This record gives sequence, structure tokens and C-alpha cells, in this order.
Amino acid sequence: MNTATKVQPQGLQLAPKNAIDIKEIFFHGLFLCCAMVGVLSVSTIGWFVFNEGLPAFKEAGVTEFVTGKEWLPPALYGILPMIVASIISTAGAVMIGVPIAILTAVFLAEIAPKWLADLVRPAVELLAGIPSVVYGFFGLVIIVPAIETLFNIPAGNTLLAGIIVLAIMILPTVITISETSIRALPSVYKEGALALGASHVYSIFKVLIPAAKSGILTGVALGVARAIGETMAIIMVMGNAPAMPGSILEPARTLTANIAMEMSYATGIHSSALYATGIVLLAFIVLLNGSLLYLNRKRAY
Amino acid sequence: MSKFTQSNSTISTLTGSKSLLSRENQDKLLHGAIWAAAGVTILFLLWVVWHILSNGLSHVSWEFITGAYTRIGEASGIWAMIVSTVYMVLLSLAFAAPIGIMTAIYLTEYAKPGSKFVQVIRFCTESLAGIPSIVYGLFGMTFFVTTLGLGFSILSGALTLAMLILPVIIRTTEEALMAVPMSYREGGYALGSSKIYTIWRLILPSALPGIVTSVILSTGRVIGESAPVFLTAGMVTQIPDSVMDSGRTLTVHLYKLTQELFTQHEWDQAYATATILIVLVLMLNLATKVIAGRLNK
Repeated sequence: MNTATKVQPQGLQLAPKNAIDIKEIFFHGLFLCCAMVGVLSVSTIGWFVFNEGLPAFKEAGVTEFVTGKEWLPPALYGILPMIVASIISTAGAVMIGVPIAILTAVFLAEIAPKWLADLVRPAVELLAGIPSVVYGFFGLVIIVPAIETLFNIPAGNTLLAGIIVLAIMILPTVITISETSIRALPSVYKEGALALGASHVYSIFKVLIPAAKSGILTGVALGVARAIGETMAIIMVMGNAPAMPGSILEPARTLTANIAMEMSYATGIHSSALYATGIVLLAFIVLLNGSLLYLNRKRAY
Repeated sequence: MSKFTQSNSTISTLTGSKSLLSRENQDKLLHGAIWAAAGVTILFLLWVVWHILSNGLSHVSWEFITGAYTRIGEASGIWAMIVSTVYMVLLSLAFAAPIGIMTAIYLTEYAKPGSKFVQVIRFCTESLAGIPSIVYGLFGMTFFVTTLGLGFSILSGALTLAMLILPVIIRTTEEALMAVPMSYREGGYALGSSKIYTIWRLILPSALPGIVTSVILSTGRVIGESAPVFLTAGMVTQIPDSVMDSGRTLTVHLYKLTQELFTQHEWDQAYATATILIVLVLMLNLATKVIAGRLNK
């Protein structure tokens, strides 16, 4: 099969037959090339998004683009309403979803008997796997009409509907990562707290959750990333009006929805403006990851 | 984040007013909150799944699954969307799986751990995972559809999705490879096997369940994605003849259906399509469970 298993003729000096094994080098090179694909992908995407987005920034001006309140292509390109809608829908989803998710993670890691946790955990995984259009459809047929009746408004396609759908969608991400980080804690933390006479619940909230803070924050950050990046479910329930939402009972359009809705027919500067919207979206993600790194670093000291 | 501070402040307010709530009652209250939160999570899941299945299952029939799509009329099927979805899954996996697995082999078996180069690859993989899927759609539409001239086609969509699932495959495969005991490698080399022979005959077979799991996970991602798909693969409802044809996947189909929910028939179709999607997800979850179970034996 290869050089090392071949029998050397007697009398010859024993040395590696091929100092340079061509097969080895070929595969090493092949694996290396594959490893470069990821690097290449990121640089291509980055280059394209920025290159295509720049004309819109030049045309409208970065400040005007980000702070402009009117989106009327091809005349006016202001995405402040979309930025506001993205921030509010994400913040709202975090306020509703994260407390439920962390308590559920505590439930799975600490409270639930093993058989129950073994039933709930696959259910959470299922929740993670459901396609976002199915959540959007559910929101459209259940949550939107419920908002119409509850608040007595003509159309339930509102920021609030988006917040509720996103809150459900971020649950599995936050639950899974928080549970893992609570479980990863050394058992002495809990034992110590219990030995000092603290109750189980007290030790959970005063010792375990603070100790697992960096892991929980990572889960929350990933949940926020999912909420900011979500597109289809949002398009289906939020009404998509590109105007500044006055309250959470008004329709709104997020940054992602803006790209998805207009990309298929946009040309020229309009298309470039959608790329610029993508740059703003990426800026949010970078900001999020940066602050997460900062928070976790601060904790490490 | 907010829960963390909130739960803390709940405790401090509670402990601050000892006369109001004894420690025992605080415990009971928080205990109740934990059970309630878990209950809410489960209820939401059951609600979503039950609502879709109870309204959709009765409309899923053999005719619905294998029928042709008609814009109007009572007999409209989703066969074209199923074919497109299968094409999309197979093609994007054909691109991403070999590259992802080989990248993982490079990172675990060849690269010097912790070197600058490895850090660059890791950073790029993580960045890929962090890019919102709509930006992939934006990129795919300009790069694959327009610049490379592939048009709105299954191929454009699959290439875009391949980039999107690459980080999933790399990370999961890497974990599977790292779980292979060091003694396997040492044993291989001690018997005089070459590196590539050891990887091929010893390391990959024992990491296989983990690698299969990564492929199933990315299958789920490909089936579930919609925004990048309709921007690159379009939404033509014909059965695609080749990968150069435009096609509509199941998720894009459900999205389009919800844009035009006028007749009872359209509602039934939407519920039935959502049901098919949930059943697919259930089957994929089950498959990973079975493989994980084999792994533990």
C-alpha cells in the first residue's frame, strides 16, 4: 500500500525509501487548499459587500444614509426607520425571550429530574430546527390576529408581532448554550454553597448563574445575532412599511427585510443602497461580537 | 443579559424586605418561576407543532406530495418543490461536505495547533458563521447569479448555501476528529502506516458518526433557509430539468403561499406544506438521535 510496508532488499542501506512522499504532500496540499476556502469565502463576501455598497454611501453620504428618515428609492435613501425597527424588535425579543430561556436552562441543568430533562431537551432541539418560515406562518395565523383582537387595531402586522415571533425563535439558542455553561461549572461551586447552608434555589441564583455568566452571555449574544439576522419570519408578520414606527403597535421594516424585499428588482444605486444596508447589518454583528469579547475578557481578569 | 440582572435584583429586593417574604417563600417563588419558564417553552413548542400538524395533516395526501403545482384549482401539489429541495440539499452538500471535512482534517491532523495560520482560518470560519443569511443572499445574487452568469438556478442557490453551511460542517467534524483517541494515531504510526493511511483507515472511520451528524445538521439548515434561496435560486414552480434551472424550495413555497392566502384551498396548501417541513425536521432530529445512540454503544 505504501513505501513503509515494502521489504527492503538485503545488503542495501536501510533508509526511508522516498525521503519525499508524493502522496503525503499531495494530500497535505489538498487539505490546505480546502482550509483556504473558508478564508477565501469571507474575503470575497467582505470585498463584494463593501465594494457594492460604497456607491450608495458616496451618493447619499454615510451620515445621511444612516440618519435619514425617508426611504424612497431612487430619490431618498435613509435607513434610520429600519435601524430603529431592527433594534426595537431585537431588544423586545431579548426582554421576553432571554428570561424564559435562562430559567428553562436552569430547569434543565438543575431542577428537572433526569427523565424529564431527557424529554424537554429534544423538544428544545426541535424548536431550533423548525424553519423560520414556519414560525412566520404561525405568527401570521395566530399572533397577528390575536394582536388585532387584543388591541382592537385594523392590522395586526406590527412590531409587536415581530417581537413575539423573534422571542420564540431565540429560545433554543439561549437555552442550549446557557444549559451547557451551567452544567460545565465545577460541582464544588454548588457543594460549597449548599455546605454554607444556602438553599438549592438560592445557590442557583447567587452562585451558579453568576459563575456561568460568560457562557450565558455568549448564548444571549448568539440569540441577539439570530434575532437581528432573521428575515422571512419578520417579513411575514411585521407589515414592512419603511416608515418610522410610532409605537410597537405599528408596522415596521427591519434592515434584513429591506434587503430581502427589494433586492429582486433593485438596480443601480438602489441595489447599492441595499448592499449598504447589509454593511450596516454587518456593523451590528461586529459590534455585538466585539462587546461580547470585551465582556468575557473583563471577566477573565 | 437582562434576565441576569433582573433575577439578581429580584433577589436583592426580596432579601431587602425580609418581613414581606421569608427565605423559604422566596425559594418557592423562584422555584415556581423556573418551572413556569420551562412550561412556557414547552407549551410554545407544542402549540406551534400542534397547530400546524392538526390543521395540515388531513391535507397531506399522496396526490398533494406527488402532484404538479397549479396556480388555480383544487388539485395543486408540491412535487416540484420537493425535487428542488432535494437538488438543493444534495448539491450544496456535494460542495460543502468534502471541503468542510478536509478543512477539519487539516486543522486537527496537520496544522500546528495555535499557530497564526490556524487562528486566521478559525477566525474566518467564525466570521462566516456570524454573517446574517440575507447577506449571503445579497452576495450570491450579485456574485453567482450576475457576475458568474449562472442565473437564477439551483446551482447559484446551492453554491450560496454551501458557503453558509461550511462553518457548521467544519466545526462539527473537527469536534468528531478531536474525540478520536490519540492512541489510534500512535498505533497507526507504530505499525509503520503513513499519515494519510492512518487518517483514512483509522481516524475517519471512528469519527464517522460525528461527521454524519454534521451532514444531517447542515441538511436541516439547507431545508430551513429561505431568504438566500429565493434571491439566488428564484421561485419557478416547474420541476427543474437540471441544476441550471430555477427552482422553488419548500420553504420558499410556504412563504409564497402565505403572501396569497385567499381561498380555503390556499390555506390548506400552506398548512400542508408547513406540516411536511415539520415532519422533515422531526425525521432529521430522529436520525441524529439514532446515530448519537450508536456512538454511545
